[in-house]
Amino acid sequence: MTALQQIPGRPLRKEKVVIRLLLLGLAGTTIYALATLDFGGIDMAEAVRDTLANLKIIFLHPGGPRLSFLSALEEVIITLGLAFLTTLFGGIIALFLGLLGAQNLSPKPVTVVVMALVALIRAVPTILWVLIFAVAAGLGSTAAVVGMTFHSISYLTKAYAESFEDLDRSVIEALKASGANWWQIVFQAVIPSSFSYLLSWTFLRFEINFANAVAMGAAAGASGVGFDLFMASGFYFDLREVGLITYIILAFAMALEAAATRAKGRIKHAG
Amino acid sequence: MPADIFVRRFNNGLVFFLSVAALTAGSILITQYDVVAGFTSIAKAFAWGARNFYPDHHAMARLPEILRKLWQTVLMSIAATTVAAIFAAFMAMLGSRTTRFNALSSILVRGLASVFRNIPLVAWAMILMLAFSQSLVTGYLALFFGSFGFLTRAFIETVDEASLDAVEALRATGAGYFAIIFQAVLPSCLPQMVSWLLFMIDTNIRDATLVGLLTGTGIGFTFDLYYKSFHFHEASLVVIMIVITIIVIEMFSNYVRRIIL
Repeated sequence: MTALQQIPGRPLRKEKVVIRLLLLGLAGTTIYALATLDFGGIDMAEAVRDTLANLKIIFLHPGGPRLSFLSALEEVIITLGLAFLTTLFGGIIALFLGLLGAQNLSPKPVTVVVMALVALIRAVPTILWVLIFAVAAGLGSTAAVVGMTFHSISYLTKAYAESFEDLDRSVIEALKASGANWWQIVFQAVIPSSFSYLLSWTFLRFEINFANAVAMGAAAGASGVGFDLFMASGFYFDLREVGLITYIILAFAMALEAAATRAKGRIKHAG
Repeated sequence: MPADIFVRRFNNGLVFFLSVAALTAGSILITQYDVVAGFTSIAKAFAWGARNFYPDHHAMARLPEILRKLWQTVLMSIAATTVAAIFAAFMAMLGSRTTRFNALSSILVRGLASVFRNIPLVAWAMILMLAFSQSLVTGYLALFFGSFGFLTRAFIETVDEASLDAVEALRATGAGYFAIIFQAVLPSCLPQMVSWLLFMIDTNIRDATLVGLLTGTGIGFTFDLYYKSFHFHEASLVVIMIVITIIVIEMFSNYVRRIIL
């Protein structure tokens, strides 16, 4: 026992101090938040009981008189369409911004400006982008796609730029030495060699965009399964229909996730 | 035959572009996306924004109220994330290959996490609103469930990927289950787990806007009220405040990450 006590404690390094302070701060904030936030005088026990009863109906008796399985499926395909368009537009624009943002392809000031722009775009929540564009284009799929494209641009520009930066510097220098211009370097070396990463990142974003498209359907009146979910729970209070929609979204989201995990594995494996 | 490579490359490229084009055309058709309006709306939105979407002095008078709502929303997001992280850490110990009791517990935990994560936030918000009505609890729980699913998976991956040397060394000395977790697993995984926690707080503050809009609480509701009553100067002030908050938190997270990782 005494021998154990004589072992000096490991010295605290800076990162440990920071982690401890951060966790303490978060714990304090959480306790303060739970103690002071106005939770609006609801009967917690009753609300929990009600929610459990609702969940039972939603998950054990999905169905509903208004929405058939096939039409729900059709709505999911519309949502997938929104996600696809968003990812495609975002990907095309991000390809150019990514080239301008990659440190081995563009001068330093340009990369700084591109990355700052991208960070600013990301700081505005997606739903706010969509609602801002809805003023010009009207609520619906057009505003949703344009608004969601902004976040996709931001995410993909960062991912693409990092993929481009992985390219060996010597390849670019060899091409430069042989007299290739910037466009030739980009299209003959940079894009072909990072193409599979680009596809993987794009697919990861597609998965995120699917979830976003569901959310925009509910919150910004874009078409697709999100809107049906909003109507079923907010207007018709039809729990069985909420169940059907939730199950269908869940099935698609899980399938996308399985595919995205494979895509992520490819990125990690190579990186 | 070098020509073959070029022909094959060309054909592959052609197939790729044709399938993307077909998917695009199909998507435009079924979503009724208006291509022309899509382009013109960007120009229109910026022109409109320059004219209407900036805070004026009436809006500035509302600043204290907006900041109060924003503060509430940030607090709620942080509380939801931290509590979810505690539950997720427990679940991750049951789910990770390194620390699980048996294969069954691992499969159950992974399945549960996947269900929680893949039920969209909107569905959580709408389902919870039926019983918890228009209160911060609804948003809190919606964020909690989503974060719980996401963090459980992230933590499981973190523990799985961490080096096993320390765990094996402790196991060889006959250390108990909890000693292994607290002396070997947590110390080596904590930095990465904290990094995920910070990421989740970031995401949740953004998502809290969406949840607030749907459930009528917090900063999302504040924005919605101004937006729907055409008080765009006030709405723009809300957006600016959210942007500043998110950028500050992101900078703080990046600073912490640079030190701990």
